[in-house]
Amino acid sequence: MTADARQPDDRSSPSYWRSNLRLTVALLVVWFAAGPCCGILFADQLNEFHLGGFPLGFWFAQQGSILVFVLLILVYAVCLNILDHRHRGVTESLPLDAEPTSESEAASESSSP
Amino acid sequence: MSIPAWTFLFVGLTFSAYLGIAWLTRVRDTKGFFVAGRGVPSMANGMATAADWMSAASFISMAGLISTMGYAGGVYLMGWTGGYVLLALLLAPYLRKFGHYTVPDFVGDRYDSNVARVVAVICAIFVSFTYVAGQMRGVGIVFSRFLEVDINVGVTIGMAIVFIYAVLGGMKGITWTQVAQYWVLITAFLIPAIAISIKLTGHSVPQIGMGSELAGHGVAFLTKLDQIQQDLGFSRYTEAFTGSWNKINVFCVAVSLMVGTAGLPHVIVRFYTVKNVRAARWSAFWALLFISLLYLTAPATAAFARYYMIQSLHQKSAADLPSWFHNWQKTGLILWLDDGNGMLEYYGPDPSDSSHQNEVFRSGKLSASELANIQSRHQQWIDSNGTTGEDGRAVMTAKGLTGPDRDIIVLATPEMAELANWMIALVAAGGLAAALSTASGLLLVISSSVAHDLYYRILNPQASEAKRLAVGRTVIGLSVVIAGLFGIFPPGFVSQVVAFAFGLAASSFFPALLLGIFSRRVSAVPAITGMVAGITFTGSYIIGSVYRGMEPWCFGIGPQGIGAVGMALNLTVTLALTPLFPAPPPAVREMVARIREPEQD
Repeated sequence: MTADARQPDDRSSPSYWRSNLRLTVALLVVWFAAGPCCGILFADQLNEFHLGGFPLGFWFAQQGSILVFVLLILVYAVCLNILDHRHRGVTESLPLDAEPTSESEAASESSSP
Repeated sequence: MSIPAWTFLFVGLTFSAYLGIAWLTRVRDTKGFFVAGRGVPSMANGMATAADWMSAASFISMAGLISTMGYAGGVYLMGWTGGYVLLALLLAPYLRKFGHYTVPDFVGDRYDSNVARVVAVICAIFVSFTYVAGQMRGVGIVFSRFLEVDINVGVTIGMAIVFIYAVLGGMKGITWTQVAQYWVLITAFLIPAIAISIKLTGHSVPQIGMGSELAGHGVAFLTKLDQIQQDLGFSRYTEAFTGSWNKINVFCVAVSLMVGTAGLPHVIVRFYTVKNVRAARWSAFWALLFISLLYLTAPATAAFARYYMIQSLHQKSAADLPSWFHNWQKTGLILWLDDGNGMLEYYGPDPSDSSHQNEVFRSGKLSASELANIQSRHQQWIDSNGTTGEDGRAVMTAKGLTGPDRDIIVLATPEMAELANWMIALVAAGGLAAALSTASGLLLVISSSVAHDLYYRILNPQASEAKRLAVGRTVIGLSVVIAGLFGIFPPGFVSQVVAFAFGLAASSFFPALLLGIFSRRVSAVPAITGMVAGITFTGSYIIGSVYRGMEPWCFGIGPQGIGAVGMALNLTVTLALTPLFPAPPPAVREMVARIREPEQD
């Protein structure tokens, strides 16, 4: 297999992995801000403000954080699927992708005696 | 038709549906049995994940917890859903890309060590069994409260149903049953919430109703609730940080729950059932969307039911009390020990007038004879003006049984909202769906841990396909029976341990999985040492403070929140040891590189 000739660490496309990490970290920052920060660490200060009939800190703890969480996963799914699609074309031209994917490995494994 | 008749009808119908699905989805190979043939569409997988995730505790107890805790109840909402985000972003897509059958599979292969594999198997089995015992108990409780059959008969019926569809269909049967169970449980949860919201605020969306004005009062609902709570000597409902729920404790409990949730094996394994990584990401989104329907509604139900309960009970005479009070009083979920004036009084620990004493209690774990004894001595005490007998209120307060049982919030909300009998019965079917769906997911984890990880990967790698399937079926059958026995004879530790399972999962699994994916350098010895250090610290802190009366010496953090510290310890130990040990072999580094690549079609 040609992969042996290269450092194994070099196999994953570095720009793909970097973009993935950047997006993940950015989403986790929002996650921390909406959940632990607004919902807990600053909840008492935020309770001075109101959103409709809700004290704001209370709203973040019981409603807002969950809404943000759902949106975060949506953004992640959309962005990474686009990123995957963009990079799939690039890596397909490399010969080392002739190796079986995890999918077919699993299939061959379960059909073995 | 009466409530029990409707309940029999609904439970019968839903159970027949589950059995029908079991027959349609029966499987013949291990891929079908362990990962549903990897053919589940992402939206259906999202529903199944949501049902798998939301246990009897989410359905029956969570709204009640929030109702009594107010703001602090948000830790459960944030903890469980926030943990799901960690799972979806940091673990699920990579584990799916790795592409085997179980979590121990990943741990064993990534750290290239059967010791790590066995440690992971033990953690998975331990977490799953403590969890599943609680679900089986939940099944029994629903049966006994709604159908007035013995708890043990209820557990046995539930066991028989799970046995049939889990043994026949494995993961495939479980998945499609869970999809059906999701619809049953979410309908049963939403309709009472909407009804009570309309009744109190005129809004049909409970989440909006909660932030609106109370109908006919011209004041915001939550402001009114805060006011009432304060007048009766409870802390204000929306007030952040009261009593032992100070900022650091709320924070640590939330973090423990988040990280522990991300490490729950029965949820991770659901991502193995979809076609590819893209579908895994979508199914993570669908799952949290479906979960959020219940999790955004529960706090509204909690606040409405809290208000409604106080309004309809406080300072009412026996004749004025609503019928749901009398119905649930029979079950001991709510009790009234009068001071002799014939008016029910419901006060918090700190009423403005210190002569006010609370008269509302619950029977908790008291046996019927103990309770009857307390009640008759209390009556004696009243009749004799305090010369003989004993003040039952003081006895109950000393036993920590002040206030109604929290489960009553969800169970009695349909009656509080004066819904029709069939709707009340649907709640029973919903509770059963929540308990059975989670139980079956956990049982599959136990089965795959034993049949795949222990038997096939370690003991007998030459086992034939047919033999592995037979072992899988046998183990899941045995697990159902053991889980049922746990439900019938609940060991005293179970209810406490379930709450701490998250802390243990947080301090053991999560760092090993996270570092396994995001670092190529971490090898077996540091990872295993970290896992052992984390789980030992967390486990001994929990045991010390729960059973030995140890002071919470670590910044005053209670046992529920200590998993956050244990996880930090695990990470620190692992990272500190990593430079001292050689890097993992090339094959492992190759594997890590592979799961980080974009997926090829």
